[in-house]
Amino acid sequence: MTSESARLRSKTWACSAVVVLANVFGDFSLKRGMPAELPTPLSYITVLFRPWVALGVTLLVLWLLSRMTLLSWADLSYVLPVTSISYVLVAFAGRWWLNEQITPQRWVGILLIVAGVALVGGGSAPQTFGPQSGERS
Amino acid sequence: MKWLLIGIIIAATCVGEVLQAIGMRRHGEIADFRPCALGRAASTLARNWIVIASVVAMGISFFAFIGLLSFTDLSFAVPVTAVTYVFETVLAKYVLKERVNWLRWVGAGVVLSGVVLVSL
Repeated sequence: MTSESARLRSKTWACSAVVVLANVFGDFSLKRGMPAELPTPLSYITVLFRPWVALGVTLLVLWLLSRMTLLSWADLSYVLPVTSISYVLVAFAGRWWLNEQITPQRWVGILLIVAGVALVGGGSAPQTFGPQSGERS
Repeated sequence: MKWLLIGIIIAATCVGEVLQAIGMRRHGEIADFRPCALGRAASTLARNWIVIASVVAMGISFFAFIGLLSFTDLSFAVPVTAVTYVFETVLAKYVLKERVNWLRWVGAGVVLSGVVLVSL
């Protein structure tokens, strides 16, 4: 039972790391390649062929798939807080690589979001439902 | 335009994530990470209409997000969409029947206050 929970724990952390990194670099790449405006519906499609946007989409597909994989055994209310560190990392990406001006008020807001998301999953186990039977424990 | 796009993102994300959680839970834990087993899991999931609907909702959310991202800062667009956590906590309790204790409700309230600060 101990090795089973250790296996679940390391699998959960590895998968969570992929989810977070794919999310942060995906969002960054999208913004990096995005033009200042998308005037027509067609421009929403053509923009997907810009290299940075295409990379961003690829990373966000990886994000979606890794997140679905994680959700196959972990509660949504566990996945949310663990992956919330993305908000801070995205803000740093905007600040360092995109030269965005982040006001102190916005930093406080971002930290409150992370704190709040951590509380949403506070003290919860990786799962609250049985993996084999689907029964609630 | 900005708030319309944010509204679309929030609605589509919430619907998509709840459907995704239902669909994946119905599929069961993915335990085998060998490529052919992952391929089998993917082909099973591709025929699961709940998973398909969740991907469609995520797609709508994505296009609204790139629309928003084209004229706002990354450090505005990403945190402001965190308000979905508040709605998802409600949906986790009432649709997914997860046990949501008071700490999680406090957390949802703190997320909401953070989003308000970011968007002001």
